[in-house]
Amino acid sequence: MSNVNWLTTLGLLPLLGALFVAFLPKTNALAAKRAAFATTLIVAAAGIAMATQFQRDNVDLQFVESHSWIPTFGINYAVGVDGIALVLILLSVLLAPIVVLAGWNEASGGRWSAKTFYILILILETMMIGVFAATDVFLFYVFFEAMLVPVYFLIGGFGSGKRSAAAVKFLLYSLFGGLLMLASIIALYVISGEQGGHTFDTTALSHLQISHTTQNFLFLGFFIAFAIKAPLWPFHTWLPDAADAATPGTSVLLLGVLDKVGTFGMIRYCLTLFPDATKTFTPVIIVLAVISIIYGAFLAIGQTDFKRLIAFTSISHFGFITMGIFAMTTQGQSGATLYMFNHGFSTAALFLVAGWMTSRRGSSKIADFGGLQRVTPVMAWVFFFAGMSSLALPGLSSFVSEFLVLVGTYTRYPVAAIVGTFGIVLAALYILIPIQRSLHGPVMPGNEGLTDLNVREKVAIAPVVAIILVLGFYPAPLLNVINPTVTHVLTINGHTDPAPSIAKAGK
Amino acid sequence: MSGFVSPVLIYSLIAPILIVLGGAVLGVLVEAFASRKIRPVLQLSLTIGTLVLALAQLWRIRHETSGGAAMGSVAIDGAGLLMQAGIVFMAILGVFLIADQENFTVLAAAVPGSPEEAHSIKSGEHLTEIYPLTLFAVAGMMLFPISTDLITLFVALEMLSLPLYLMAGLSRRRRLMSQEAALKYFLLGAFSSAFFLFGAAYLYGFSGTVSLSGIGAAVSGSNGNSVFMLIGIGFLSVGLLFKVGAVPFHAWTPDVYQGAPTPVTAFMAAATKVAAFGALLRIFYVGFANAYWDWRPFITVIAIITMLFGSFVAIAQRDIKRMLAYSSIAHAGFLLSGVLAMNKAGLDASIFYLIAYGVATLGAFGVVTLVRDSAGEITDLNRWAGLGKRSPFVATVFATFLLGFAGIPLTSGFIGKFSIFSAAYESGNKAVVIVGVLSSAIAAYFYIRVIVLMFFTDPVEDGTSVIIPSVLTRISIVSAFVLTIFLGVFPTPLLNFISSTAIFIR
Repeated sequence: MSNVNWLTTLGLLPLLGALFVAFLPKTNALAAKRAAFATTLIVAAAGIAMATQFQRDNVDLQFVESHSWIPTFGINYAVGVDGIALVLILLSVLLAPIVVLAGWNEASGGRWSAKTFYILILILETMMIGVFAATDVFLFYVFFEAMLVPVYFLIGGFGSGKRSAAAVKFLLYSLFGGLLMLASIIALYVISGEQGGHTFDTTALSHLQISHTTQNFLFLGFFIAFAIKAPLWPFHTWLPDAADAATPGTSVLLLGVLDKVGTFGMIRYCLTLFPDATKTFTPVIIVLAVISIIYGAFLAIGQTDFKRLIAFTSISHFGFITMGIFAMTTQGQSGATLYMFNHGFSTAALFLVAGWMTSRRGSSKIADFGGLQRVTPVMAWVFFFAGMSSLALPGLSSFVSEFLVLVGTYTRYPVAAIVGTFGIVLAALYILIPIQRSLHGPVMPGNEGLTDLNVREKVAIAPVVAIILVLGFYPAPLLNVINPTVTHVLTINGHTDPAPSIAKAGK
Repeated sequence: MSGFVSPVLIYSLIAPILIVLGGAVLGVLVEAFASRKIRPVLQLSLTIGTLVLALAQLWRIRHETSGGAAMGSVAIDGAGLLMQAGIVFMAILGVFLIADQENFTVLAAAVPGSPEEAHSIKSGEHLTEIYPLTLFAVAGMMLFPISTDLITLFVALEMLSLPLYLMAGLSRRRRLMSQEAALKYFLLGAFSSAFFLFGAAYLYGFSGTVSLSGIGAAVSGSNGNSVFMLIGIGFLSVGLLFKVGAVPFHAWTPDVYQGAPTPVTAFMAAATKVAAFGALLRIFYVGFANAYWDWRPFITVIAIITMLFGSFVAIAQRDIKRMLAYSSIAHAGFLLSGVLAMNKAGLDASIFYLIAYGVATLGAFGVVTLVRDSAGEITDLNRWAGLGKRSPFVATVFATFLLGFAGIPLTSGFIGKFSIFSAAYESGNKAVVIVGVLSSAIAAYFYIRVIVLMFFTDPVEDGTSVIIPSVLTRISIVSAFVLTIFLGVFPTPLLNFISSTAIFIR
């Protein structure tokens, strides 16, 4: 194993950047932007460098570090990644520079200076890396809760519309879930103390003997927290408000990365710590996931506002991800993990372009747009592309993951998979109708003077488009990292793929 | 008849209390004889010097353990010394806030609105009796958690309460409200003292002794009338629960917190809580340990309704001091779950929680003293709107204290909450943990509302301003801020120190 402390370094870099930005003069917004962008670029480079060191066939946690933090309670600063966590950390560090570059002027409408905005973004990046890297449940919880604070200020301080109400709603929902999880964590702590010493180490905790009833309660504590985070119906109501009020960049991080903490947590904590309870609750969760898929899609069709539309499509997509996770097949879980990554980029594309359209037009109402293709062809085509990725057009990355999820679910829960498939049909509606209204047809009054994407915006969106396209044709690099971990997780849970088995994807 | 045996006192062990009492007596003399000009400075340095000296003496005897320091009526042990040190430390931070004499009435004896009052304001002659009063109260608070017999406990209770009644009435603005608060505090305090005495009498009748260990032995031997024991425990608890502000004995808290001068509220909220919970912990852990299953249901119910009531009612508050008062009620409920745990982890967690909570409370009230208009402090929450814009630093510090109260990770409140709830869970009291976690979620709402108000609401132009704090106030607030963060990120030193020293001798 390499002797570089990759994860700690990766986590500290944005924090150092934030410290540097803090010492810049308040009036010089450009310097703050440049410093923040440079920092996120360095972190992204470091993240990619780390990924190249990852041994993909090794199912153990890698880049492991562990230092005693609060020995009284057996709490360690312990980090490490498996294939799933690595993919999500990559997602975070890749999206961060794109968000900073794409939203170059986002901070201008805020209550505070641009400097504050970038400090918050960089602190958030540290927390995002930490939350995926933590292998100590307590440490995970600390990041899980602490990351709410920067997001809260990003929404409430720099958003638009009813930003403070949305920020409060977001925070209260998340805190409520977090506190339920805290009760479960306390119980785990006490049980581990009864069975040979207090610990929060995820691996050690997964070996505990917990009675079935207790497992069910503890599972629920974790699961509700994650279902609020990832929003699953009926815990989703905070998301459209938050996505509507936040700046596009914040929304990308919120939907693209933060919500993935929920689905990541389901795999890392719900499944591995409480295998028995997982079996008990799987049918219920599959039903909730299917409801989310259909409900999110139907509500998305009814939206008149781009930002809320994207939020509801995400609820539908999170339904797919959750369904894939709890299908308990390798295809389903690999697909779900791949979906987490792909959804991050396809949402980023949608949100960023929608954000540019909104800032140019001064409105995010779909009805205010029309004929953009004639006025701003590049922007229109990128938006079209993002929409296609969101509806999982074959050849784009989301298709691979959605297909895997459905195949993986079908082998175990055929009905759920079939109903879920309707989500794809509905996706065509909720994407194509707004595209037709806003991009095609005659140029609507008020749209004539819109300018097309500038160089900065093109540079920002290009990598997103490239990743969506490349992973659509060749998802193997990610799947090769994900598959061993997923197989390992399922083995712990005592699941094997039902026969007739289907050839492993990506190989 | 045996001859008179002179009592044996180990002076070094009770020296911290004696030092504080000596300082208080000196302070009375200074008040009487020193010239008016030098008096404020003299009193302040005398008080701080006394407290620092007491703290130093506590540090010197930190490893001592003795039940015989004062003929068996006080116990010197790790837990007691820790709580004493906590009280003295909070008193120092509190005195720094009190040193801002602007908050106090010039002549407490003058009737509000009378010519005497007007005259004394005009002459600018400030009385400084607050300092010796504070020291007397501190001495009582230090005695309270180490007392091991019911008589000493009662003396300590009165010793800490009487000066506080007076101090609550010293506010310069809204004097009538302040005096009303003082009177209310006094009457309800007297009431609770009566309950305490009543319970003590029954316990004496039950066990034939007033010492806690004697009562403990009688409880385990159960050779007395157990109805007397239950009545005794019940009434004694009521007296103590009054002091900690547990529901349904909390009625005085909001009025007194609101009416008292804010620095006094800060001192009282932080230090009294340590003293009262210290005594409560000792009485229950030492005296009533063997009756655990008798009092556990009673205290469990009290803890649960205290947490829920405090959290729910705080939501409706429009005044920052009242809101913090209800928040203190909710926290009293959380602390009771540490008493309920009845294990070493519960004792450690309670002490950590008391220190973390006390420090953050001092800081929070310290910030409240800074937000003023021409007529004095502003406690109406609506006028705190936009504070983050006016003075981002002060608002950020206050927000940190609120996040600490709410138990957000990386603040001391989170570690406190985790440790106290895990201790309660360990003792098998899952109901308390679940209610505690849920009421934390409710409580988060009103803390966050204040943050929204400060940061996300546009300021109203009505003359609200944040004054530049004096150096001492600044020290007090900044150290509370630093400690709140530090204890959240590196709690290990304090946790280790507590777990290695905190024991109750029997």
